[in-house]
Amino acid sequence: MAYSDKIRGIYNESLNEIREKGIFKQERFIHSSQAADIEVEFPTGSELKKVINMCANNYLGLSSHPDVIKAAHEGLDTRGYGMSSVRFICGTQDIHRELEKKVTEFLGTEDTILFPSCMDANAGVFEAILTKDDVMISDRLVHASIIDGIRLAPAEHDTFKHSDMAHLEQKLQLHADKRHKVVITDGVFSMDGDTAKLDEMVALCEKYDAMLFVDESHSSGFIGKTGRGTHEKCGVMGKIDIITTTFGKALGGASGGCVSGRKELVEMCRQKARPYLFSNTIAPVVVSGVNTVLDILSKSTERRDKLEKNTEFWRKGLTEAGFVLKEGDTPIVPVMLFNAKLSQDFSKDLYNEGIYAIGFFFPVVPQGQARIRTQISAGHEMHHLEKALEAFIKVGKKYDILGKTKQEIIAMYGK
Amino acid sequence: MEEMKDIVLEYVINEYLEDEDEELSYDTPLISGGIVDSFSMVSLKRFLENKYKISIPDDKATPEAFDSVTKICTLVNEFLN
Repeated sequence: MAYSDKIRGIYNESLNEIREKGIFKQERFIHSSQAADIEVEFPTGSELKKVINMCANNYLGLSSHPDVIKAAHEGLDTRGYGMSSVRFICGTQDIHRELEKKVTEFLGTEDTILFPSCMDANAGVFEAILTKDDVMISDRLVHASIIDGIRLAPAEHDTFKHSDMAHLEQKLQLHADKRHKVVITDGVFSMDGDTAKLDEMVALCEKYDAMLFVDESHSSGFIGKTGRGTHEKCGVMGKIDIITTTFGKALGGASGGCVSGRKELVEMCRQKARPYLFSNTIAPVVVSGVNTVLDILSKSTERRDKLEKNTEFWRKGLTEAGFVLKEGDTPIVPVMLFNAKLSQDFSKDLYNEGIYAIGFFFPVVPQGQARIRTQISAGHEMHHLEKALEAFIKVGKKYDILGKTKQEIIAMYGK
Repeated sequence: MEEMKDIVLEYVINEYLEDEDEELSYDTPLISGGIVDSFSMVSLKRFLENKYKISIPDDKATPEAFDSVTKICTLVNEFLN
């Protein structure tokens, strides 16, 4: 037997190290569809508990929307379950190209290419368009999938301090000798919930002849007046060279992603991006669902407007209660606790109060910046948010952190 | 050596520290301590090369060699001599 006791022992040792560090991830089984109210089995084997979900990426509440489900059924009935092929062999249906055109129109770009996920889009795009003569200059808080994509690319890589435009400018000057410079940022940062200064970044990119890449996974569908994304909010529609985004969050929540932007760059991805060339096409059922999601969002801004109102209520409630929040105006609202153990204990107590929200700590966020990341949805009704707020205040009182500053919380619990 | 340490320390503080409360000494672990990620070493390497008119080969610019201000200065001195 090749998988010897020695090999098994080494892996068990590694897993034990993860457990000892307190960063072992345990899944919680949800026995319902994704929504504000869910039924959860946790710990495994325990009775189902009804809780309010405060940590899904289901920003627009479309994951279980009846029109999306109906469209998915139609896709299944008319285009089948799977394609058993990559796109360029025999995996492209009419609805795939239809979705690419719809995304292009929605984001205000020149062309779009679908990927199995945004992780794949980010993993493939830089390698497809850059060479060793180029440089990628990224914000230090970009998503892990972008970092993986950067690692796979032959170009040089440098970083700038989070959202620090003066530092970015220094870096653009430092790398002035490179053939292509690509500035890389998230539109909305997933852990902090703040928004990139895309208007200033576009101006800098124009000044220094650089391209701009934006990951809009936590923005597409709800940021900006008509939900087109951070570029709409910042008034720079049509000026972003490369946008990547996901269909796995606000846009239906199933799976899939894309690269959307300048047509030559999209075509380079179609010819060279490895996750596109060597993995299966998106299933017809998902494509049909996303097509309908974009129809819904193009007709009305009702859902993103509701999300905005819910977010205002939630931020105001937490602030007035005396929690330390990361500043911003997006539906990602991080409640700062700074200490890793406190974030875990807080999350557990919230769960006992019927609120599902997860604690994040190093290495997912920087050392000493542990938090509960709450995410608001248009699927939340006022009673959900009121109950959640009540629970947060109750648990906050238990740990005596309400009205305390960052320094005071750190003095009580450590970093 | 002390003067060089101060110059490098000042650069690292300005370039990498995000948190105003954070303190840094000559021997604070930079990369293994999560202050400098291995990607961001590029600008540090460029700074050292420009400042001291040296060329540090990529195989010498390792995360271990860049892990503290003291270690960085030791590396720079190798190429100065």
